[in-house]
Amino acid sequence: MDFSFSEDQMLLQQTVRDFLEGECTVEHVRSMWDTDTARSPEFWGKLAEIGIPGLLVSEDHGGLGMSEVDMVLVLEETGRAGTAEPVIHTACVAAQLLQESGNDAVAKEWLPKIAEGSAIVAVQHDQSPFVSDAHVADLLILNSGDAVHAVPRADVQLTEQANNDPAKRLSSVEWTPRAGTLLADGDAARALQAAAFDRGVFAAAAQLLGVCQQLSEMTVLYATQRKQFGVPIGSFQAVKHMLAEEKVQTEYGRSHVYRAAHSVANAAPSRAVDVSMAKRAMAENAVSLAKTALQVHGALGYTWEQDLHVWMRRAWSLDTAWGNTAFHRARVSAAVIDGAFPAIPFGYEVPAA
Amino acid sequence: MELDFTSDQVAFRKEARSWLEANVPSEPLESFDSKEGFDQHCEWEKKLQGGGWAMVPWPVEYGGRGADLLHWLVFEEEYYRAGAPGRVNQNGIFLLGPTIMEYGTDEQKKRFLPKMASSEEVWAQGWSEPNAGSDMANIQATAVLEGDEYVINGQKTWASRGAYAHWLFGMFRTEPDSKRHNGLTFILCPLDAPGVTVRPIDKLSGKPAFAEVFFDNARVKAENRLGPAGEGWSVAMATAGFERGLMLRSPARFQNTARKLVELYRETEAQGEFIDSRVRDEVARCWADSEAYTLNTYQTVSRLLSGGKIGAEASLNKIFWSELDIKMHELALELLGARGELLPSAPAAKGVGEWLDGYIFALAGPIYAGANEVQKNIIAERILGLPRK
Repeated sequence: MDFSFSEDQMLLQQTVRDFLEGECTVEHVRSMWDTDTARSPEFWGKLAEIGIPGLLVSEDHGGLGMSEVDMVLVLEETGRAGTAEPVIHTACVAAQLLQESGNDAVAKEWLPKIAEGSAIVAVQHDQSPFVSDAHVADLLILNSGDAVHAVPRADVQLTEQANNDPAKRLSSVEWTPRAGTLLADGDAARALQAAAFDRGVFAAAAQLLGVCQQLSEMTVLYATQRKQFGVPIGSFQAVKHMLAEEKVQTEYGRSHVYRAAHSVANAAPSRAVDVSMAKRAMAENAVSLAKTALQVHGALGYTWEQDLHVWMRRAWSLDTAWGNTAFHRARVSAAVIDGAFPAIPFGYEVPAA
Repeated sequence: MELDFTSDQVAFRKEARSWLEANVPSEPLESFDSKEGFDQHCEWEKKLQGGGWAMVPWPVEYGGRGADLLHWLVFEEEYYRAGAPGRVNQNGIFLLGPTIMEYGTDEQKKRFLPKMASSEEVWAQGWSEPNAGSDMANIQATAVLEGDEYVINGQKTWASRGAYAHWLFGMFRTEPDSKRHNGLTFILCPLDAPGVTVRPIDKLSGKPAFAEVFFDNARVKAENRLGPAGEGWSVAMATAGFERGLMLRSPARFQNTARKLVELYRETEAQGEFIDSRVRDEVARCWADSEAYTLNTYQTVSRLLSGGKIGAEASLNKIFWSELDIKMHELALELLGARGELLPSAPAAKGVGEWLDGYIFALAGPIYAGANEVQKNIIAERILGLPRK
C-alpha cells in the first residue's frame, strides 16, 4: 500500500509542465480559435516529440508503454495549460482501445502513427451524438450497436456543430458500417466500449483537475494584485472563504482522480463507479470555480479579452464531455444505492485472507 | 502507486478482526459523557490495552504495538466495522500523545504515555478560555515559576472530557506582559491538584461533556512543562495538525456512517416510504465523499511514511469531515421522518435513536479543533497564498 507517485512520475509531470508553459501559451490557445480546424499539426508534432500521444502505446509499437497512473499527471498538466488538442481521444482512449481490440493488423497500422504524432484518432461514445475532433481525425472509432468499427475519415460524412468552446470542434457523423471496418463485436465489443468510455471519463476528470488548479491560481493572483478600498481584494474574508471552499473540493476531487487512474490502469471491478465519482467531483468543482473566479475578477472577467474565459470554457466543455454530471451522479447512485455494479469501499471491507 | 495491502497488513487485519469480534461488548456502553458510561469506557480501554490494541502506532515501550500508520488505518477500519466503543481518552491518545512523543523528555514519555495508552489517566483539553476561543493567542491564564513549581491562576473552559478526566493539558502565559503567541508555555496539570476547581457544563445533548476549570494559586510541578518555556504555541500547533489532519477522525468512522446511511436508505425504500429524489443523490454523494476522505488520508499517510509532515492541509480535512458528518446525519433524520426526533430510549426508536445523538454530536464538528472559518483563513493564506491584509 503506497498511495503516492514515484519520482519518475513527478519528473514527467514537471517536464510536461515546463514544455506546455513554453509551447501551449494562452496566446497559442487563442490563436488556434480563429483557424479553420482549431488544430495545428505542428503543435501536435511537438507533443509527439515529448512522447505524449505515445505514452500509453506499447514499446513494440513505438510508444513509451506507460500506464494511466503515469498519464494522470500529464493529463492534469494539459488541463492546466488549456490544451484542447485531442489528448484524451487519441493518446488515451484510442491508443488503449486499439491495443485491447485484439485486431493486430489495425493495431500495427495505427499505433505507431499515433505514437509518432502522424495520426489523429477520434472516438465516439454513447453519451453524445457528436464526435469531438472528427474533422481532423485520420481514423474514427465508431459504435454501431454492439459492434465497434475503425473507419477512415474518407468513409464518413461530417457536419460540424458550432459550440460554446472555440477550442473544441464537434461533428455529427454519418456512416455505414461495413465488414471491412469491423474491429470487434459481441461481448468483446461491449468490453471495449465500456473500457474506452471509462478511460475517457477518467481522462476528462484529470484534465478538469488541471483546469481547477489554473482557475484557482489565476484568481488568487488577480485577488492579490487588484486593490479596492486601498487593500488587495484577496485580503477580504468573503473572497478568501469562497476560494478556500473551492480548494477543499479540488483536493478531495484530486484523491478521486488519482484513485480512478489506478482503477483504469488495473481494470478494477469498481472502475466504473471510481471514474464517475472522479468526473462528477471535478466537473462540479470546475463549473463552480468558473463562477467563483468570474465573481472575483468582476466585470474584467466578463470580457472576451481577459484570459479567464479560456479556462471557463475548458471547464464547461469538459463538463459535458464523456457524460455530463447528471449522468455520472446517476451512475454513482445506481452503484452505491442499488448495487447495479460494484461500489467497493477503499480498504474498509477488504476480506481477511 | 500500489493500492493493495501487503500480506503482513492483511494478516494484521485478520488478527484485529478476530480479536474485536471476540471482545467488543455486545450491548452498547452508556455515553462516556455520563459517570457510569465514563467508567464503562475506561474498563473497555483497559481490555483493549490488555489485548495490545489500544495504541497501534505507538512504540511498545510506551504501551503501543509498534506498528506504522498504515496498520493504524487498518485497525481503525476494523474497529469501526466491529462497532467498538468510542475512545474516551481521545484527547490524550490522539492529540497529546503524539506531542509528548515529539517534545517530551524521556522521563515524561515513561511517566505519561503508558498510563495514557491504558486510560488509567484520562486527559482533558485546556485550550479555550472565556476570551480565547477562535482567538486562541489571547490566552490570559498565567503560570508563574516559583522554585520547582508553577503557580497557576485563571480559567479554562470548554475542556472536553473535563467533567471526569484526571489530567488537563493546555497553554498558560508564563511571561508577564507577553503578547499573543509569545510567552506561552505548554503545561500538564493534574485536575485533583489543590486550587483546581472543575465545574462541568452540560452540552447540547444535556450531558456534562465538557467543563470549566478554575485555577486559584494551583501548584504544578515544573517538570510537567512540555517543551521549552515560552514556546507553548509551537508545541500546541504540532498537536493541532495531528488533530485536524489525521488521528482525531479516521476515515473508517465516516465510511462506516456512510454505509449505515446507505442501509437506512435501502430499508426506507423497501418499506415503500416516500423519499425525495434529492435524498438518493445526496446519500450516494456522502458515500463518495467518505471514499474521498479515505483516499486522501491514505495519501497523507503514504507521504508521512516517506518522511513528509502534516502542514496547513490539515485544515482542508477539518472542513471536509465536519461538513460531511453533519450532512450524513441530516439525511438520516430526513429518511427517518417522524421517528427522527425520538431519543434512543423511546420504544418506537428501535435502534435508530443513535442518528439523533450523532447529529447533535456532529453539529459540534465545525466548532471544535479550530472553527471552520478559522480553517478557511488558514487555507486562503497558507495554502492559496492570499494576503493576510
